[in-house]
Amino acid sequence: MPSPDLLTVSDLEVGFATENGTAKVLDRVNLRIGQGQVVGLVGESGCGKTTLARAILGVLPMPAAHIGGGRIVFHGEDLLQQDPDTVNRLIRGRKITFIPQDPYGSFNPLFSVGDQIMQLMKWNSPLLEESGDKRSAWPALFQPYPRARYRADREKVLEVLRQVQLPQPEQALKKLPHEFSGGQRQRLMIAMALLSDPDLIIADEPTTALDVTIQAQILRLLRQLVKDRGISVLFTTHDLGTAYEICDSITVMYAGQEMESASTEAFFGRPSHRYTNRLLESLPSPDRDIQGIGGDVPSLVDPPGGCRFHPRCDYATEECRQARPDTETLDDDHWVRCHHPKRDASAEPHFAGQDNVG
Amino acid sequence: MIAVVFVISHIIPADPVALVAGETATQEQIEALRAKLGFDKPLHVQLFNYYANLLRGDLGVSLYTARPITQDLATRLPATIELTLAAMLLSIVVGIPLGVLSAVHRNSVFDHSLRIVTVSGLAIASFWLGIMLQLLFSMKLGWTPLNGRIDGFPPRGGTGLFLVDTLVAGNFKGFWNALEHLALPTITLAFPALATVVRFTRAGVLDVIQSAFVQYERAMGLPSGVIVWKYILRNALISTVTQIGLLFGILLAGTVVIETVFDWPGIGNYAFGSILQSDYNAIMGFTVWAGVMFILVNLLVDILHSLIDPRETRS
Amino acid sequence: MSTALFLLRKLMQDRSAFLGFLLILGLVLCAIFAPYLAPFPDDVWDLHPTNRLMPPGGEHYLGTDRMGSDIYSRLLFGARITIVIGVVAVGVSLLIGVPIGLLAGYYHNWFSDLLMRVSDIFLAVPQIVLAIAIAQTLGPSLNNVILALSLTYWPWFTRLVYAETRSLLNEIFIESAIALGASPFRVIVFHILPNVASPIIVRTSIGMGFTILTAATLGFLGLGAQPPAPEWGRMISESREFLPDAWWYALAPGMAIFVVVMGFNLLGDGLRDILDPKIRRSSHAKP
Repeated sequence: MPSPDLLTVSDLEVGFATENGTAKVLDRVNLRIGQGQVVGLVGESGCGKTTLARAILGVLPMPAAHIGGGRIVFHGEDLLQQDPDTVNRLIRGRKITFIPQDPYGSFNPLFSVGDQIMQLMKWNSPLLEESGDKRSAWPALFQPYPRARYRADREKVLEVLRQVQLPQPEQALKKLPHEFSGGQRQRLMIAMALLSDPDLIIADEPTTALDVTIQAQILRLLRQLVKDRGISVLFTTHDLGTAYEICDSITVMYAGQEMESASTEAFFGRPSHRYTNRLLESLPSPDRDIQGIGGDVPSLVDPPGGCRFHPRCDYATEECRQARPDTETLDDDHWVRCHHPKRDASAEPHFAGQDNVG
Repeated sequence: MIAVVFVISHIIPADPVALVAGETATQEQIEALRAKLGFDKPLHVQLFNYYANLLRGDLGVSLYTARPITQDLATRLPATIELTLAAMLLSIVVGIPLGVLSAVHRNSVFDHSLRIVTVSGLAIASFWLGIMLQLLFSMKLGWTPLNGRIDGFPPRGGTGLFLVDTLVAGNFKGFWNALEHLALPTITLAFPALATVVRFTRAGVLDVIQSAFVQYERAMGLPSGVIVWKYILRNALISTVTQIGLLFGILLAGTVVIETVFDWPGIGNYAFGSILQSDYNAIMGFTVWAGVMFILVNLLVDILHSLIDPRETRS
Repeated sequence: MSTALFLLRKLMQDRSAFLGFLLILGLVLCAIFAPYLAPFPDDVWDLHPTNRLMPPGGEHYLGTDRMGSDIYSRLLFGARITIVIGVVAVGVSLLIGVPIGLLAGYYHNWFSDLLMRVSDIFLAVPQIVLAIAIAQTLGPSLNNVILALSLTYWPWFTRLVYAETRSLLNEIFIESAIALGASPFRVIVFHILPNVASPIIVRTSIGMGFTILTAATLGFLGLGAQPPAPEWGRMISESREFLPDAWWYALAPGMAIFVVVMGFNLLGDGLRDILDPKIRRSSHAKP
């Protein structure tokens, strides 16, 4: 059943200034995240998934990046139209939080973990609403942290640190980031994303930097914690196995366009887009040899017209070269942006010249 | 280091003994004086003797003033220290915030204007800057004294730093007078150092601003004032502090010229005078001072590093 | 040749580096064509006591000095002295500093350690002090100033080349060249030297500015070219007794020094940006 939407991205366009011209990194991208849903955003490196995550967070690298159009609607309001300062104060870090890709580099190396966590709490604590937000009275650097709230916030921090199963949370706060292992740091990052009781967490490849053995633990922990609280998650990854383990639904992106979106079960069971199919074929499997995808990732400065996948697609027709496909809804929560989607696994049409599609 | 300067200053073909003895001295008189001063011995023996005396705190006697070098240095040291500290303070206190702002607003009008100032700072001849400041503020406008450290008698006090001595004595008029005298030399000396501090701070901040933790702090909605002035600045200072040695080199070289321009009775002025008079022992005295400063500054850099970077002390 | 063209094209794109390039070009042209550009080319030597200390204007664009000579003409001829000092002093420093840096970096034994210690000492004592000492003992003259600057500037090149060479030796392409049996000479000249060329070029440009500045300081202190040579630093020192009335006398040579040193610094900064893409100023970010 489709859940009510928490966040919808529609027709979002983001360009990056490069030395060779503007790279259209996001080309009219659409995305929906339901309440309490874990949505996977998968695709190869450079397909735009991290840019989309950053655009939602509102931290695109300016002035290199440029938002060409579209909307990012959160709780019914377009974040792009709101005053950036208000978004920073009330939404970023409070209603929408972030788990970064790199738990090693994302801690400031010179400050204790406790300092960094309490700084987040100082500005994003859920207690702020009750005690009144007086953020603009002083320059932020010199603003005092009220004693009573500090004590309450610290209790909350310790509680969440216990929930992410970090050993000895009291001592942990006094340590420097480099004194923790990668897995522990990512537990801290998860805890920091939970502290403000957010509605949405943007997790940008949060397990890529970790050992495989720790990845599974962290994923299970994250899924359990957000499910308990009913928090939505946008989870970007290039690893389909990871997406399968944690996500309720999956959207696949290719070269700055979204191609297909489906529930995890439908995505792996009944993939419709030709790109999705090739992507799944590239997974190792005991039944067949690994299949690569022929051709190269296209240039984003001068992308192919029509469907951006057409130069590498075996089913491409003149139509694919000319026009970008509209979305076609195949099922509840399953749509595809393809002129010639694969309708049914059994009723595959002509295999013209194809002899190695499994 | 002392050995190298010692050798350099002794193999150069000038005979200070003849200079000291005077035009009318006979060859025997010169040789007698040479023996008295120890210059007749082989170079390595002279060097050994110099080291031995150095360990006892004896830098020898000035060939020119006939006073012990240590005494000469001691009377001039406070003037140079006062000037150097003031210039260092000025360049750091002004330079670091400017560098940060210019990095945060890079490619803005502010950044470009500041860049012009910093490039000028390293291109202007400091003796000329000093003269121009004198011309404008002392001669034309009459706002500041032309040269010297203070009008009238120097204040009594333990430190020899006039600002401190007058303040301790409650002599505010004297304090203000010393400050007026200090202003132009300090600005002249600080200008190239300031440019260096701004450039290094800017580069350091630009390095840090790209790092993952800054992106994380932004993505988590921390106020930019906290991110810049607390989290970025401390990281950027690690590389800036490393450059303090370089900064000190600029200041030390500057004192030689600027003290000459402003008749500032300090070590730099003394060194220049000693060189003109081929006063070996005095030149060596300046070298020892430069060496001591070099060691102290490196020590200071280490201390500052461990203050800024807690990883150094803990792990 | 194509590398030079590439550099030039890149320089044109960077406004401030191009400005630096133009300033230096201007200096060179002034030096070459000084006899034609100068309204009073003979004023380098001639005295006109009746025209003493005339303010700028009329036929003396920048006024006249204590001898009644035309300051503008003297400045133009001073450009020749400046170029000679910069080119020869930095050239000699290159010839001393680069080979020492390369050899010390490549062999890395007790002797190279000793060389590096010596260069450390030269860097620890302010260059100006050593230069004053050398110039003073050799006697004030233009040649001795050049010698003093050469003898004190080479350690900068040595330090730079040494550090670059040490880090290059860890690069795989150098290791494989050595493993393939290339002679030390071959490795140093054909593999290491081309890869340290960029920082050397940058340092040369900045060193020119620095050397010219130091030379002017020596001239100011009375240790440089002797009168009547139109040395810029010396002109400033001569002007001091006529301040504040003859303000132009001190202003003009100082501006000349400033503009030239600025040119070399801007060019050096621009070259650094072009040759070392790691620290480019541009704000292009990866998506």
